[in-house]
Amino acid sequence: MVKFERFMLDNGLKVLVHTDQSTPMAVVNVLYDVGARDEDEQQTGFAHLFEHLMFGGSVNVPDYDDPLQVAGGENNAYTTNDLTNYYCQLPSENLETAFWLESDRMLSLAFSKKSLDVQRKVVCEEFKEHYINKPYGDVWHIMRELAFKQHPYRWMTIGKELSHVENAQLEDVKRFFFKHYTPCNAILVVAGNVSTEQVRALAEKWFGEIPSGEKYNRSLPVEPEQNEERRMTVHRKVPADAIYKTWHMCSRLDDDYYATDLLTDILGGGASSRLYQSLVKEQQLFTGINCYHFGSLDAGLLAIDGQLVKGVDIKKAEDAIEAELDKIRHSIVDERELQKVQNKTESVMAFEDMSVMNRAGSLAFYELLGDGELMNTEFKKYQDVTVQDLKRIANAVLQPSNSNTLWYLAEN
Amino acid sequence: MPDRSKAPHIKDAIEYAIELKKPEIFSLDNGVKVYNVNAGTEEVVQIEWIFKAGNWFEKSNNIASATNFLIKNGTTKKSAYEINEYVDFYGAYLNRSCYNETAVVTLHCLSRQLESLLPLVQELFVEAIFPEEELHIFRQNMKQKLEVNLKKCDFVAGRKIDEFLFGAKHPYGVYSEMSDYDALDVAALRQYYATYYQQGHCTIFSAGILPANYATLMNENFGNLPFNQLPIETPEHLIAPAEQKKWNIINDPEGVQGAVRIARPFPTRHHPDFPKVQVLNTLFGGFFGSRLMNNIREDKGYTYGIYSFLVNHIHGGAWMISTEAGRDVCGATVQEVYNEMQALREGDIDPEEILLVKNYLIGTLLGDLDGPFHIIARWKNLVLNGLDDSFFYHSVDTIKNITADELKAMANKYLNPEEFYELVVV
Repeated sequence: MVKFERFMLDNGLKVLVHTDQSTPMAVVNVLYDVGARDEDEQQTGFAHLFEHLMFGGSVNVPDYDDPLQVAGGENNAYTTNDLTNYYCQLPSENLETAFWLESDRMLSLAFSKKSLDVQRKVVCEEFKEHYINKPYGDVWHIMRELAFKQHPYRWMTIGKELSHVENAQLEDVKRFFFKHYTPCNAILVVAGNVSTEQVRALAEKWFGEIPSGEKYNRSLPVEPEQNEERRMTVHRKVPADAIYKTWHMCSRLDDDYYATDLLTDILGGGASSRLYQSLVKEQQLFTGINCYHFGSLDAGLLAIDGQLVKGVDIKKAEDAIEAELDKIRHSIVDERELQKVQNKTESVMAFEDMSVMNRAGSLAFYELLGDGELMNTEFKKYQDVTVQDLKRIANAVLQPSNSNTLWYLAEN
Repeated sequence: MPDRSKAPHIKDAIEYAIELKKPEIFSLDNGVKVYNVNAGTEEVVQIEWIFKAGNWFEKSNNIASATNFLIKNGTTKKSAYEINEYVDFYGAYLNRSCYNETAVVTLHCLSRQLESLLPLVQELFVEAIFPEEELHIFRQNMKQKLEVNLKKCDFVAGRKIDEFLFGAKHPYGVYSEMSDYDALDVAALRQYYATYYQQGHCTIFSAGILPANYATLMNENFGNLPFNQLPIETPEHLIAPAEQKKWNIINDPEGVQGAVRIARPFPTRHHPDFPKVQVLNTLFGGFFGSRLMNNIREDKGYTYGIYSFLVNHIHGGAWMISTEAGRDVCGATVQEVYNEMQALREGDIDPEEILLVKNYLIGTLLGDLDGPFHIIARWKNLVLNGLDDSFFYHSVDTIKNITADELKAMANKYLNPEEFYELVVV
């Protein structure tokens, strides 16, 4: 049970406080309600590039990292298709340093030309390191474009192509900042050895004067329902063939999310999962196979990916996947199997909540979903899933007409 | 309105008293020691069974890692699937990992499930059978995984630099070839299992919220096994570093990035310079605010990230710089690394920079000691390296008190380019 208090500043900044006096540390987590889905399709990769620029100095503080490190702190950030999250941890006596730094970069950035020039290069190297210079690195670029025709989930957070990042201009950076990086589009979570009164006073002092900004009202194109199977084949310099399949699924906020999540665990969540046991161990068609979903805030994808044992015919491998899907669509899952994945979920949640930093991040995420309290009540929703729900979801989601299949074949 | 031009007052992290909570220790009937940190906020537990069964002890390549991997793939009573299903049903994680000196089996679970899971773990140490079919699947999958990994410059660079430092026959420098997997047979695995697990040397580290009857539970399940009874011979392995210092390897003619590794041999934690060099390493390339990162990423944009670190083995180590950089700037990156070494040897380090590094180190140490899993990890490191908490407190003192002159002396002693191996894999 993670306890917290919540208040809102006059400028619309939501603040959540979670006290844990067993640690000498404090965590400050700032979540901005902006991700790659909010980008212009001609300027993809921008939310993530922007995350880098947030460390290039703010209006009154030339450098973010140094003063934080002097105060014994460390920090990081990440960008997803849905959101951008910044977090730092430092000894709780130095909490005010984090308020000073985080509030100044919410007030305004320095918008330095040098920082933009360098970070464009850094992000290009990141792009190369993760998506070009690695076998199978371009899979999700291809798959997203195959699966999404309208919704901006069709590009990855790193961007559609290097040139979008390379061409980013300072003016674009400014526009993006003042549109999204405002108190009314942010959630601040402070956790650890702190008190609500202390956090309230510091929040008023450092964030209170920042202009509210305009609430960003998201109106993204809705992905039309997919009605026929999509397939694609590519050839690349990789040692082994691989297969990737995706199906459209509900959003993170949908009631069916929990059953869908458990369904992926039953199919591909570890060593006793159905796909692994049948396709890797018994039939030995794949060297590894996974089933998972992206947990995205808008309706997203459920995925299965597997790398084939060399020499195995890819059609045969795909048929074997389909046979497992056929089983789960037509027969009711055993109660013990459902209980297994529910137990696993309970355990995952308990381990995730061990560190203050994770608790702070989760609170911010659940608050973005609508209510931080979901963090404490969500397991109940997993417990309420029935074997009938699993069958219903399997039939609704895992249909060929809702599927996208990519054969990623070794050249020669 | 606050004055934003001035940093708020801080307490210097070096003013903190840092305490490494001592573990409780008890022994099982067979003499196996169990170290426990009984603390935490969540009802979860982590237990590690550490055997002297790493690749230091194997007679041919990959026996140690294959035995470790397949220990949970079948017993006289249960198939691999039944074991996995049982573990998953209780919401647990049963992992294994093989290192140079040690091989480990780790259990993570909710505290209330421990009683159901311990008998299964015991079964693995008594009745694992290493089925032929499981080895066949392992061999096939590992070979294919290796083939994929060999396409990655960073993977190739990681293997080669270890070979240059320690020699291809030394446990720290050896790496897997396809043929090593072909050569594995179940008889050798069973033999290794009998010597190094069934009758092997084991130490146990546990952390989390432990049940009240924990000592009894552990003794019932593991106290009567024939651990720690027979002596284990520790073979000698000679380090045979490469003669040639500079290497360029072409792995992918069309690759857009190269993997850079620059490394030199460095002593173990027992060497008196070790704590001082840990601080120097941090300043040099050990964290995001380091000189290497500031120059090569934040100023030049050659890379997404560059780090230096001490490679800590029990019998010998290395000091390594590692990065992936744009193909056309790999040479420039290497040169900048040497420039930064020179700056540390010849220049004066600003007291503000030293204070920043000290505060950062102490601050992260405070954060790192947060929670039972982190505390037990520290102790495990100390115990396995034959150290105690005096090493920890000495390191903390070194961080708090080290001077610019001492750092410069360390730079002059160790950061000499001619003593480093230099490898670029593109």
